Amino acid sequence: MSVLNAEDIKAYYKLLDGDVRAVEDVTFSLLKREVLGIAGESGCGKSTLAATLSTIILPPLRLVEGKLLTENGEDVFKLPERTLRREIRGKYIALVPQSAMNALNPTRRIRDLIIDAVSAHYPRIAREDVLKNAAQRFEELGLPSRVLESYSFELSGGMKQRTVIAISSLLDPKVLIADEPTSALDVSTQKTVLSLLLNLRKRGIVQSIVFITHDIAVLRQIADRIVVMYAGMIVEIGGMKDTIFNPLHPYSKGLMSTVIVPEPEIRRRALTAIPGAPPNLRNPPIGCRFHPRCALSSSKCGQEVPTLVTVNRRAVRCWLYA
Amino acid sequence: MSGEAILKTEDLSKTYESGLFRKRSVVAVDKVSFQMGRGEIDSLVGESGSGKTTVARIILKLLPPTSGKVIYRNRDISEFKKPKDLIDYRRHVQAIFQDPYASFNLFYRVDRVFNIIFKLFDNPMSKDERKSMVQSSLKMVGLNPDEILGKYPHQLSGGQRQRVLIARSLIVNPEILLADEPASMIDASTRVDVLKVFLDLKKSQGLSILFITHDLGLAYYISDRILVMQKGRIVEEGEAEEVIMRPRHEYTKDLLSSIPTLSKRWEEI
Repeated sequence: MSVLNAEDIKAYYKLLDGDVRAVEDVTFSLLKREVLGIAGESGCGKSTLAATLSTIILPPLRLVEGKLLTENGEDVFKLPERTLRREIRGKYIALVPQSAMNALNPTRRIRDLIIDAVSAHYPRIAREDVLKNAAQRFEELGLPSRVLESYSFELSGGMKQRTVIAISSLLDPKVLIADEPTSALDVSTQKTVLSLLLNLRKRGIVQSIVFITHDIAVLRQIADRIVVMYAGMIVEIGGMKDTIFNPLHPYSKGLMSTVIVPEPEIRRRALTAIPGAPPNLRNPPIGCRFHPRCALSSSKCGQEVPTLVTVNRRAVRCWLYA
Repeated sequence: MSGEAILKTEDLSKTYESGLFRKRSVVAVDKVSFQMGRGEIDSLVGESGSGKTTVARIILKLLPPTSGKVIYRNRDISEFKKPKDLIDYRRHVQAIFQDPYASFNLFYRVDRVFNIIFKLFDNPMSKDERKSMVQSSLKMVGLNPDEILGKYPHQLSGGQRQRVLIARSLIVNPEILLADEPASMIDASTRVDVLKVFLDLKKSQGLSILFITHDLGLAYYISDRILVMQKGRIVEEGEAEEVIMRPRHEYTKDLLSSIPTLSKRWEEI
C-alpha cells in the first residue's frame, strides 16, 4: 500500500539559455508507514525533487511531465492551484524546507505564524482553538509551550528546526517531506530532531516520511528504504541495509565506500573517491549520466539511458543489470 | 604525542566583548594549552561555538589572545611584529578554510590565487620558475595542472577547489598547515581525495597539520591525536584510537553516542 506514487516526473528549470534538467524520469512509491530516505550529493536534484513532490513548483522550475498520485489514485498535478493550497499542501503533503533556520519570520511570534497557517486551510476556525490545539501538539511532541510565545531568534538552532517540523505537521499530513532537516545542526541536536520525526510517525500524526539527505549514516539510523539519486535521476531503490551494505549501482557503491564514521573499520578500510565531478544538468551526458565517471562503463552506457529495472525487490538503473 | 612539539599554546584565552556601555563578554577560549606534534595530524574537535575556530585565528595571528601565548620556535608569536618576522611566520604557518568557493574570485581564472603567495618569497622569481612551482605543487595534491590551470572556479568540483588551495599553501613549503573545517562543504565522493592529500603530505613532506572539525568521524580517520573542545576548554586529548574507542570524559562519550554510525541503529530514539 502506498500513500504517494511518483510516475515519470520530469521537472526542469526553464532558463533563457536552455533547460536545467534537475529531475528526470523519477518514479517511486512511498509506502504506508515508511521512512524513505533520498540520498544524493549536492546538485543531484534532491531539493528540486522535494519542491516538486510538495507541489511548490515556482518558476523558473516547471513540471514538464509526470504524475503524482495520492492513495485514491488522484493526480495532484492536475488539481487547480486553489485546491492544492486548501486540500493538499500541509494537509496531504507537507514540506519541511531545507532552510528551516530562516523559515520562520523573525518579526512575528511563533503562535501568529501558526494561526496564519491553520486559518489558510480552515478560514472559520477560532484563534483560541488553533492555539489550544497547537499547545497540545507541542506538549505531545515534547516541545516547551513557551516556544509559541517566542520569536524565532529567541530559539536555538535545534529548537527552530523542531518548531518548523511541528508546524509543518500541524494538520496531520499523510506525507512529510523533510529536506536536509539535520544538516546544519550539531550532532546532539541532530539526534533530537530525528527522534521528533520518528515520534510523529509513531503517534500516527504523519503516515510516511520522505527524508532527503546527503548523510548515509543518518539514513542507516532512520530509513526503511533508500532511493539513491545521481544527476537528477534515480539510480537505485532498495531496502536500507541492502542499499548501504550491498549496493548495486556503481555510483551507489562509490558513495557508500566514502562514508566516514567513527568506527574501527573506517581506519582499516581503504576509502576511494569517485573520480571526476558531477555533470552540469544543463547539458548532462548522453546515455547513463554516470558513465563518464564509471569504471565499469561500456560503449552502450554512452549511448542509451538505462531503464530502472527490478532485481529481487530492488530497482537499479544500470546496463550491468539490464 | 610521540615526538617533539612544533607549536604549543599556553593557557590561551580569548574573551569577546560587546556593548558600548553595558559590557557583555563571552569566554570563547578558556585556558587552552596543547602541543602540536611535529609531522603529526592533530585534530581539534568540537561542536559549534566550542571555540575551535577562535584558537585557529589566534594561531594565525588574525586575532590577539586576551591572555596566554602561542609558542613557535621558542618564541611567543605576539613578538612577531616587524614585517620580516610576520612574513617569515606566514611562510611557515599556512591555512586553508571551510568554504573553497569563497577563497576564489569567481570572475578570474583559478591561476590567480597563486599570485599573492609569491610575495612571501624574498627574491622575485621569473614567470617560468613560478609556473613550474605551481605545476609541481598541483601534482603534489593529486591534480593534473593541465586540467586545472586556465579554468574558472565554477568549473571545478569542491574537492578540486579545496586541493588547489592546499597546493597554493604548499608553494611556500610551510611547516604547519592549519585546516579549518576543510572537508565540511565538500561532497563525500570527492572529500576522500582531500583527506588523502593531508595523509600523503604528512608522510611525504613531514607536514604538521592542525585539522579543525566538528566531525569526530573525519578526525578519527585522519588524525594521530584528537583534542576535544567543549565551551572553550579542551576536555579530552589523546591518541585518536584511545579517544574514540575508550573515551574518558562524559562529553566525549555523549558526543560519540549521538553520532550516527553504520554498524548499528540507535536503540532508543
